[in-house]
Amino acid sequence: MTLLAVERIKLFTTRSPWWCALITLVITIGFGALIAGTAPDSVAIDVGTTEFGYNFGIAVIMVLAALSVTTEYRFGTMRTTFQAVPHRGSVLAAKAAVVGLLALVIGELGGFGAWALASVLRPNNDLGLNTAAEWTNVAGVGVLFAIAAIIAVAVGILIRHSAGAIALLLIYSLAVESLVSLIPTVGPNIHKWLPFNVADKFLRGSPGAGADGPPPSDAVLSPGWALAYFAGFALVLMAVAIGVAKKRDA
Amino acid sequence: MIEAVGLTKRYGQTVAVNNLSFSVEGGKVTGFLGPNGAGKSTTMRMILGLDNPTSGQVRIGGKLYRDLKDPLRTVGALLDAKWVHPNRSARAHLSWMARSNNIPARRVDEVLDVVGLSTVAKKSAGGFSLGMSQRLGIAAALLGDPEVLLFDEPVNGLDPEGILWIRKFMHRLADEGRTVFVSSHLLSEMALTASQLLVIGKGQLISHSSTEDFVSRAAENTVKVRSPQLPLLREVLIRASAEVTDADTALVVAGMDSDKIGEIAAANSIVLHELSPQTGSLEQAFMQITGDSVEYHTGIETEAKHALAPTAQ
Repeated sequence: MTLLAVERIKLFTTRSPWWCALITLVITIGFGALIAGTAPDSVAIDVGTTEFGYNFGIAVIMVLAALSVTTEYRFGTMRTTFQAVPHRGSVLAAKAAVVGLLALVIGELGGFGAWALASVLRPNNDLGLNTAAEWTNVAGVGVLFAIAAIIAVAVGILIRHSAGAIALLLIYSLAVESLVSLIPTVGPNIHKWLPFNVADKFLRGSPGAGADGPPPSDAVLSPGWALAYFAGFALVLMAVAIGVAKKRDA
Repeated sequence: MIEAVGLTKRYGQTVAVNNLSFSVEGGKVTGFLGPNGAGKSTTMRMILGLDNPTSGQVRIGGKLYRDLKDPLRTVGALLDAKWVHPNRSARAHLSWMARSNNIPARRVDEVLDVVGLSTVAKKSAGGFSLGMSQRLGIAAALLGDPEVLLFDEPVNGLDPEGILWIRKFMHRLADEGRTVFVSSHLLSEMALTASQLLVIGKGQLISHSSTEDFVSRAAENTVKVRSPQLPLLREVLIRASAEVTDADTALVVAGMDSDKIGEIAAANSIVLHELSPQTGSLEQAFMQITGDSVEYHTGIETEAKHALAPTAQ
């Protein structure tokens, strides 16, 4: 508990987390409102469409999470931290937990915020949360944000430099995964197992034909297993990062 | 209190610290002296468990650093005053450190007061001058009221007032019975601060003795004597087996202190106009002792000769 409190103090006594949190909310809710506000009345939008902004929100969340680690390396406070608490594994796990929790809260605010705003803008569309899939689509945004934040913390620990870590995370999640599917023959098969694509499967399931927004994920796992796969990927990456940090000179 | 045994650190082919064994006692200021790149900071990082030794180990009060419970309560350290997030306030910086070692929050204000930073406690540390950062680092080191204190080059870049403050402060800490281990590359500074000296060069132990011993061993002590009866004086001094060299209108005597020279002169009824002990420059002495172990020779003398050669002709 002490370590969680320490990481909470560290996170909230600098400015960048507040800015990143704000930007994430604006993007996640803003995209939902944009689509709800601009789609012609003749087209009915569904719950999944209101959450379209999560793709970009998750990128900003990963910036927040990576920065929480890389700025510590940049300014040497990681050394002060390891000096105060020599058990590096516990410190880094506590950091991932605190950042993940913050991402969860931001994600829930963003997910429900986007859905609520769209409901206000489109009173004539059926945007009620009637099915489990629709609930997952809204409430799951926070869960994905939390897991993505842990991935970003792990990458931050491994790379230690802000620019490098952020570039890798953004280029990978926004571009590399979709480019992989362009590789002839094997590409699409690999793409089915790439983590952010699988995460999308958890959130949106397999929306029916005719739905707005990006095409559904081609991952073969069921939404439940997709979540487990994404979370497992984050935990393995985190375990590797902690292992490396323990062996390395601070 | 601090005990290193066979401490070695290699970075690839380079040996930063080579089989270093020493012990640092409590109640004294021990200086850790060596030229830049001698391995002082690496040794300090290994003491704090930040760098892993390639071989050997270092214990504090019999324990490895990582086995200390709430280590800030046992060891306080200032390795680099800039290890602070620039957007975080001084108080916030100390708050998380205090929290991590179960140190009561009021202690934060206490140490800020001790180092005289109470008025800027809420200001971002990024705006601090070097002197203020150094004080904040010292506040952080004192946070857990530790037995052992490590300071790495604490006076580097400080103004004379700041240097004096830190020097007095370290004496106070040692007088309270704490172990104070402070590194520097300046012998003149260490001569004023430390009572024990641990000297290293190229990662190896060169000497471990009291500062006095080191200085007197290092500096060649001579006595300058002037007298209207120089030839007679020279004769009697040589007879008393002193080493005498002529220097214009004076004699420079080695291997004999001024008391003895005065007594010999009086016994022979020789008038003295000057009798002054000469202490060799500490820096010179230090360079003489660590000379072969300096990592980066500048070859500045040769360069100067080359540069001056054309003008001389």
